[in-house]
Amino acid sequence: MEKHILLRDLDVPNIRDLAVYSQHDGYAAWKKAVTGMRPDEVITVVKDSGLRGRGGAGFPAGVKWSFIPKDVFPKYVTVNCDESEPGTFKDHHLIRHNPHQVIEGTALCAYAIGANVAYIYCRGEFREPAYELQKAIDDAYAAGLLGKNLLGSNYSLDIYVHLGAGAYICGEESALLESLEGKIGQPRLKPPFPAVSGLYSKPTVINNVETLANVPPIVLNGSAWYKQWGTEKSPGVKLFSVCGHVKNPGNYELPLGKYSIQELLEMAGGSMTGRPIKAVLPAGSSSPIIPASNFHAKLDYEAMAAIGSVLGSCSWIFMDDSVDMVWAARKMIRFFKHESCGKCTPCREGTHWALSVYDKLLSGKGTIEDVNLIGEVNKQIIGKCFCPLGEFATSSMTFTLKHFKQDYVDFIDQKKGGSDVYLKELARDHHLHELHSGVVSVNGIKVH
Amino acid sequence: MLKDKYKDRIAAIFAKYPPERKRSAVMPLLDIAQEEYGYCTEEAMREVAELCGIDPTEVKSVVGFYTMYYEKKVGKYVIDVCDDLPCVLRGADKFVNYCEQKLGIKAGETTPDGKITLNVVMCLAACDRAPMCQVNTAYHYDLTPDKFDKLVIELKKG
Repeated sequence: MEKHILLRDLDVPNIRDLAVYSQHDGYAAWKKAVTGMRPDEVITVVKDSGLRGRGGAGFPAGVKWSFIPKDVFPKYVTVNCDESEPGTFKDHHLIRHNPHQVIEGTALCAYAIGANVAYIYCRGEFREPAYELQKAIDDAYAAGLLGKNLLGSNYSLDIYVHLGAGAYICGEESALLESLEGKIGQPRLKPPFPAVSGLYSKPTVINNVETLANVPPIVLNGSAWYKQWGTEKSPGVKLFSVCGHVKNPGNYELPLGKYSIQELLEMAGGSMTGRPIKAVLPAGSSSPIIPASNFHAKLDYEAMAAIGSVLGSCSWIFMDDSVDMVWAARKMIRFFKHESCGKCTPCREGTHWALSVYDKLLSGKGTIEDVNLIGEVNKQIIGKCFCPLGEFATSSMTFTLKHFKQDYVDFIDQKKGGSDVYLKELARDHHLHELHSGVVSVNGIKVH
Repeated sequence: MLKDKYKDRIAAIFAKYPPERKRSAVMPLLDIAQEEYGYCTEEAMREVAELCGIDPTEVKSVVGFYTMYYEKKVGKYVIDVCDDLPCVLRGADKFVNYCEQKLGIKAGETTPDGKITLNVVMCLAACDRAPMCQVNTAYHYDLTPDKFDKLVIELKKG
């Protein structure tokens, strides 16, 4: 693509500064909307653009906005910047390098649904980027772009940054709302959906950072302009976070449906190690792994579904043929076990037992019966969890077993478990687990 | 007391949320407590509870749930190294080994002088720049043993 729509910092130096952003169409869509468009017209253009949520679920953004009831007040916008899926680092990039586009998109969403307050929920680790984002918001206030009676209208808008404190589950929208209300981040029962009863039980739109960053250019240039990229069902452009065994990891902005997985790999410089790439996780730890034999698939929602995987949050973790899928699956299960919020039993206990089985395999004490047991543990989780996290946890097991069963068989037959590297990894995790659970303390200090 | 020392900051925090939704301020107030005391002390949790008009056990449950709140004293600097899958593919496991060897402690422990706590953590959303770590609020990218040595020298000075 000749020019970026989202990663505009790659084309325009210092676009993070309000003055520079303003010189490059910055807040033009905002001014256009507030001074010349009705809120429902903004919703219509976003709906017509076909923009789908970029956080992972892919729900059409304009449709989500249209669910907000007109006669209930107040309403809220919350922006999901809790980016925590292993392999995802696109929102991090946007808030650091192109924050005003995120702020402008947030403002347009708020205007469209009639909200006067928006919260941008950043994961706690993004403390420094959140300070920078706050500075950008302060600059927008000072320029009269946020605040009371904006641009001569009677519309007012406040945008606040709210920091989390370390919990993957808060990326789940209802857990995010709980957290924003000052509670532990455990998901809510749905329905009611946030559009009806969200933040403080009021109608709320929750959108991902990248979704909202798409909105200003769509409102400014129209839905037809946006649809020149992508496919009929997956219009527009998407950020691809690419990492793992590639030469040039980073964020790539591409039209949906144009390129294949193989082409994405080549754009990222191909294999870093010189060894052949064995597989890729397309949406981090939570996604069905894709073996290299399916790298011909195009990068859009439908094509990914057709090969039994997902586009999701678009966090592409490439792995070369040195990676043992038993080890990789354990690493992913460890993540979900750690991040399970504990609310529902299948997820809390299921991830615990799944990790125990994988630990046994890595320790060298596993048998082929343990490999079969993984499938049994999986069955106790799938379809039984309160929120998607539990389902996500099973992906790493289900799909490494499906596509790389031989890795499991070889792991047992060739007695790969019990190596020094694996034993060290297990010992470290167990030591940390004991410290976290307060079983032992070192120097009288328990690290939480 | 936090409410005297950080009066303006606390007022600015409460101004972000509806007046009847003081509980939303729990986490930002705990951030102040942790900045002040190094961890969430019992006394600070009680004070946050009082400010927000909720029970101290509700504050404690928040502290227990989120990984970035410490319930006990930690080092002046907490080095969180990500050792999740994407980072390990780029050498984070060997990097953690090096950190342990350099500091003479295991992950999860604090140096005897109380300066540095080493921890391994889940994904920090910077997988393209691994090995990487967070030291208190700041991210450090593309780490090597040499860069880590320099980082430790800086931290030991502070």
